Amino acid sequence: MKNDKIVIANKKFNSRLIVGTGKYKNMPECAKAIKLSGAEIVTVAVRRVNITDKKKPLLMDYIDPKKTTYLPNTAGCFTSEEALRTLRLAREIGGWKLVKLEVLGDKQNLFPDMIETLKSTEILAKEGFKVMVYCNDDPLMAKRLENSGADAIMPLAAPIGSGLGIQNKTNIQIIRKQTKLPLIIDAGLGQASDATIAMELGCDGVLVNTAIAKAKKPFEMALAFKNAVISGRQSFLAGRINKYLYGNASSPKTGIIK
Amino acid sequence: MKKIKKIKIKVNGKSKSVPEKYKISDLVKDLKIPLKKVAIELNQEIMDKKKISKIILKKDDKIEIVHFIGGG
Repeated sequence: MKNDKIVIANKKFNSRLIVGTGKYKNMPECAKAIKLSGAEIVTVAVRRVNITDKKKPLLMDYIDPKKTTYLPNTAGCFTSEEALRTLRLAREIGGWKLVKLEVLGDKQNLFPDMIETLKSTEILAKEGFKVMVYCNDDPLMAKRLENSGADAIMPLAAPIGSGLGIQNKTNIQIIRKQTKLPLIIDAGLGQASDATIAMELGCDGVLVNTAIAKAKKPFEMALAFKNAVISGRQSFLAGRINKYLYGNASSPKTGIIK
Repeated sequence: MKKIKKIKIKVNGKSKSVPEKYKISDLVKDLKIPLKKVAIELNQEIMDKKKISKIILKKDDKIEIVHFIGGG
């Protein structure tokens, strides 16, 4: 397992768990949960600086971008233009090229608008961005994203923040079979075992925010997700047994006392 | 004493009165913005942070100053 690293846009990472930094009670809680999760990549949002309350704590004061890879996202963007503007600004903050593209299409279910997403992926890739793309669990669209220059395919498990877990294992497996790009389940996980399932399906990693941040005990859940991802990956690499409809005794049938 | 003429600009959606010949770098300084942690847009055009001391603001200019916050 030591050499089993995930490679995203030519960069190697030990942890296959990416975590979000939103929805925590406060910055110290967020920083501690991230540390416990072992994540090396964290998603961050781009927002206006609060010019009236300058005492508001800054994310960078709690999570050092030199030690943890920041993955700027486009959360809240509903058009390609908004997403491009956001990521170009993110790059300007300090040279961030590895980004998470997320163009939403519906305010209630938060499903991605794949037409806008595809358009944005193409433009961003041409501008030199390394784009990790939040998308639907649609194999055809995943292929198109790959052909447009995506650096990672990140299908949803279920609607963002829903905690429902993977709804369409078959599609995830088909996407796994067709792509060599990093495949990361993004959004909709509810508990640690959901991450294990994702990893057992052959995904390269998972991205989790709400399930950790809103757990009753975020620190314990961060640790649970860390272990779940490792466990699922080990299980996938170990190779599961075939499924049988009937029983198959584990003890020898010979030498039974009579 | 000559009265300093003021112009109105918008910073992150809020109106602000600033003196004439006010530069973006003056704004950053006055607002105590940590330049390394932000990106700046002037009328939807991203500014090169090294050049903001050369850019004089005009009436009705719209400035956006953004940074990273927690997000999923």
